[in-house]
Amino acid sequence: MAEIELDGVTKRFPDGALAVSEIDIEIADGEFVILVGPSGCGKSTTLNMIAGLEDITEGELRIGGERVNEKAPKDRDIAMVFQSYALYPHMTVRENMAFPLKMAKIDKQIINSKVEEAAGVLDLIPHLDRKPSNLSGGQRQRVAMGRAIVRSPKVFLMDEPLSNLDAKLRVQMRTEVSRIQQRLGTTTVYVTHDQTEAMTLGDRVVVMRGGLVQQMGAPQELYDHPANLFVAGFIGSPSMNFLPGTVAGNSLRTALGDLPLVDRVRRALEEAESPREVILGIRPEHFEDAALVEDHQRSQGGTFSAQVEVLESMGSDKYAYFSLSGDRASSAELEELAADAGTADLGSSGSQITTRLSAASSATEGEKIEIWFDAEQVQVFEPSSGRNLTA
Amino acid sequence: MAVVDTPSRKAGWSLLNIVVIVYALVPVLWITSLSFKTTETVTDGNFVPRVWTLDNYGGIFATSEFTRALINSIGIALIATTLAVVIGTMAAYAIARLSFPGKKVLVGVSLLIAMFPQISLVSPLFEIERAIGLFDTWPGLILPYITFSLPLAIYTLSAFFREIPWELEKAAKMDGATPAQAFRSVIVPLAAPGVVTSAILVFIFCWNDFLFAISLTSTEASRTVPAAIANFTGSSQFEEPTGSIAAAAVVITIPIILFVLFFQRRIVAGLTSGAVKG
Repeated sequence: MAEIELDGVTKRFPDGALAVSEIDIEIADGEFVILVGPSGCGKSTTLNMIAGLEDITEGELRIGGERVNEKAPKDRDIAMVFQSYALYPHMTVRENMAFPLKMAKIDKQIINSKVEEAAGVLDLIPHLDRKPSNLSGGQRQRVAMGRAIVRSPKVFLMDEPLSNLDAKLRVQMRTEVSRIQQRLGTTTVYVTHDQTEAMTLGDRVVVMRGGLVQQMGAPQELYDHPANLFVAGFIGSPSMNFLPGTVAGNSLRTALGDLPLVDRVRRALEEAESPREVILGIRPEHFEDAALVEDHQRSQGGTFSAQVEVLESMGSDKYAYFSLSGDRASSAELEELAADAGTADLGSSGSQITTRLSAASSATEGEKIEIWFDAEQVQVFEPSSGRNLTA
Repeated sequence: MAVVDTPSRKAGWSLLNIVVIVYALVPVLWITSLSFKTTETVTDGNFVPRVWTLDNYGGIFATSEFTRALINSIGIALIATTLAVVIGTMAAYAIARLSFPGKKVLVGVSLLIAMFPQISLVSPLFEIERAIGLFDTWPGLILPYITFSLPLAIYTLSAFFREIPWELEKAAKMDGATPAQAFRSVIVPLAAPGVVTSAILVFIFCWNDFLFAISLTSTEASRTVPAAIANFTGSSQFEEPTGSIAAAAVVITIPIILFVLFFQRRIVAGLTSGAVKG
């Protein structure tokens, strides 16, 4: 039974750098919360403050209603899984898993049965007497999990526990982590920079940037209604397409052509005191091969024609990539995202558009095609603040 | 790039190795041979003694001069090693883990001490120790030994500590260990090879030291073996104590050889890890 409350928690390092700024998060008992963001956003620092490995500069941290700011990690009843697993190399798997129980001075018999039980859950029984150096990456990861679950703590903290695994194993362990958390029902805080992990694992996702919480909510909510450009660009893979747009009377002028202002967008613009310049965001799946769109649907969107630059057929869908002439959408948040993804220096003029089309589409690389997009799903952002006007 | 192991290449390397080994071993074998010769045949120039005798060994153990020195050597070297390694472990841990003001200065000073020519300190030390009554006592030797071996211990050990991931300590903390428990059950076992290596290196330094031993001792109360050997006298003033010196030299080499053979792999690992990563 442990809910975690971060109340204005701030971390300032001795050199003056502000790593985390006044974070307020309430995590309910048994909830699985993901802290996600690019490197340097303060997510790991936040986790370390919950763990007690970093001091809290300001604010209050409560676990189970009790202030724990001054408590040592060992008195907080928290287990943590580290990115490097941090297994004790001189101990066998059994000794590794028994270590927290041994520190708690629990009876040997009980230790043994608890270790065996946890090892059973994680399929580690045959490896109990091996040393970590003789285990594969996935097995080591499971031992680290085992060491955390064996003493049934109030809270699990996980610091990018899957990032050292290869892609296939990561997907497998992701389900495993989810299964274990559901089965134990322990409050869990999970840090990752991988938006896929954030979307698939958590009950709730906290997107962080530069020490500030950008948005907090259920994965689907973040996906459908991102609060700002940063969240919109960070959540979703492939990521949302951004285009600059100009409001001109009753239509929006964009590189995709002029599109009529649907009521939803018009109201949003009015509320925001009718800005002239905006940034449009459209998710790849809101595009479709115009030939496959039925007429009545066609009218609620716009169409454009362009040459397919690259076509990737995934079997179930096709990803078609286009280059549009005209300016690129620019904002500090989008640049930061590009820098984090390492695509900042891929300088190309114009906007890149990623679309997800049905497998039935006849799109061919190098050929021109007419593409339809759903105007109802277009998100409109204010360029200066990055705020989502349509959220 | 693959190195081709042609027979001629192998032969070349083997020859070179043999030359180096022979060059290093001949003096050792020579002194061993001398220790088994009788006084009359010591100067005959034969590599293999024509007459074998154990008299030299019997001789050195017959008087207290050598046995007392052996006890002094063992005692002083063990105490100095223990203290140097304990202090060095704590200092190295702090240097590897903490950032504190003056850390660079501390490391620099310890390096300076290691490089300082010891001979220039002998006369001041002699005067100081006589003045405060440490001259010709065990502490009088143990103190300079610790001083000069600490830099070595700190360097070797901090290289080892740096290789132990910090996350292990964090994990131990999370697992409910106090700092002392984390140090004892996680850090110490992992640093053990480093501790053993520096212990051996420090022990060899103390065991072999001649300079301080000859300058800061005057009687059997604290004279160590290297100094005692230098003071050996023959049975008459016209007789060189060559045989006894050779026998004593062989005797004090044995523990070092056993030590090194026993911990060979660890010493190599310790030295190279210090060299490459420290």
